[in-house]
Amino acid sequence: MTAPIIETNALTRSFGELVAVNAMTISVQPGETFGLLGPNGAGKTTAIKMLITLLPPTSGDASVAGYSILSRAGDVRRMIGYVPQMLSTEGALTGYENLLIFARLYDIPRGERKTRIHNALKFMGLEEESDRLVRTYSGGMVRRLEIAQSILHRPPVLFLDEPTVGLDPLARKAVWEHIEQLRNDYGTTILMTTHLMEEADSMCDRVAIMHRGKVAVTGKPDDLKASIGREGATLEDVFIYHTGSELESGGSYRDVSRTRRTARRLG
Amino acid sequence: MFQGRGAPPGGSAEAALPGPRNPLSVISGFLDKTLAMSEFEVRKIRHDPTEIIMRAVQPVIWLLVFGEVFTHIRAIPTGDVPYIDFLTPGVLAQSTLFIAIFSGIALIWERDLGIVHKFLVSPTSRGALALGKALSGGVRGLPQAVLIFILAVILKVQIDWNPLNLLGVLAVVLIGATAFSSISMIVAFLVKTRERFMGIGQVLTMPLFFASSAIYPISVMPRWLQVIAHINPLTYQVDALRRLMLVHGESTYNLGLDFGVLIFATVVLVIISARLYPNIAR
Repeated sequence: MTAPIIETNALTRSFGELVAVNAMTISVQPGETFGLLGPNGAGKTTAIKMLITLLPPTSGDASVAGYSILSRAGDVRRMIGYVPQMLSTEGALTGYENLLIFARLYDIPRGERKTRIHNALKFMGLEEESDRLVRTYSGGMVRRLEIAQSILHRPPVLFLDEPTVGLDPLARKAVWEHIEQLRNDYGTTILMTTHLMEEADSMCDRVAIMHRGKVAVTGKPDDLKASIGREGATLEDVFIYHTGSELESGGSYRDVSRTRRTARRLG
Repeated sequence: MFQGRGAPPGGSAEAALPGPRNPLSVISGFLDKTLAMSEFEVRKIRHDPTEIIMRAVQPVIWLLVFGEVFTHIRAIPTGDVPYIDFLTPGVLAQSTLFIAIFSGIALIWERDLGIVHKFLVSPTSRGALALGKALSGGVRGLPQAVLIFILAVILKVQIDWNPLNLLGVLAVVLIGATAFSSISMIVAFLVKTRERFMGIGQVLTMPLFFASSAIYPISVMPRWLQVIAHINPLTYQVDALRRLMLVHGESTYNLGLDFGVLIFATVVLVIISARLYPNIAR
């Protein structure tokens, strides 16, 4: 087994009384697609925010691509791409311009910017739309544009926070196909969060089921389903088996309003 | 160090490059990213200049209505300088202040969208993020400067067209707006919601404006207000603009002090806003 590309050691974050992520210990192998599965409010986004250096942990440590998130945050940032849960592109700019700013922020040499942006747009199937204002894009196109943006600097590790939240089934499928292609063609390691069983089941090599800030169980979706000893079990059954509660429950006012806002922007 | 089997699309195989290390490339990287942040804003305006056009209304009213009336009634003692001449640099400072002081709300908006998160996850120093954003507040003020010069010509204000003076005006507008945009960003980082931000923005603008020499000389103010005016960066911005814009423009403090105060205030405010920047994504 090679060294893990993401490793967390008792990673913990509290907000006052609330322990949002409680002693999370996971490890992700290079090239793996790893899912954090759980309902809204389980601590998935907080966990990602710590790994991408947006939020310092209360205790514990983690390393991403060989660098500690505590002592080498700057190096971690160079090695990762990130797509937030919210639709995070600037509607008043074109697709090309949205990528251009990040090409500059990621130190992509001037001479290479244009080619890389076009290649990334082409890879995500957005070549034709590059000069259109993003506010005219569909939700699925915005998502693909964001993924194009996150891979411009060719990061070995990609973080996707609820990549298909609010998308209709067709757009969702297109996003899945592109993520899979990214993994197959380039061996990018992907850490994604989701509350959709189907998504975790079909996309992830392994998942960690999270509940109230804790990792309840980690494993391959098939192994997890087989482990609870019931014919035709789903990941939902696995979740209930390990946590004693429904997957759809939970979620703070803030989580819900954020999800709705994203959905509203999608029209 | 591990790298993926290949690399995402875009060209050759090397993955995410290590960052620049020598001091010169660190500085040029900082400047390039600062300008990239500003360019982001300029491109938005280019696609939709409505905001710039709407903003033109206020200085027009100040100069054509307020300025003309008060010049006529000679209520404000401005020595040998006609009141409209005295007022013009003040209105320029005021209109760029009003743009800058509300620019921080964009950060709250970008936080809600997740754009700020992506900026913070990129290998960009917080200083470049803060300065770039603040500078774009200044860039938004430049069309105002052009408009006010045009109005000044119409109103027969005696403008000094020396290119060096014009460059000086450009610098003062940019530096001043960067300082006030930074104040606005600091407020946004602290209050974090649109509603509270708007409230505080309103509370800030009027005292900054009236406790400065923008529309009347400091000498006519009551003593306590004079003290406040002397620690208000807007006073020094107006003073520098008056000296640079007008043919018979005189500086109360001298240009060196004006620039010194403005640059010092800008540096301190940008440092504070850079320190607070990551808070907004938490």
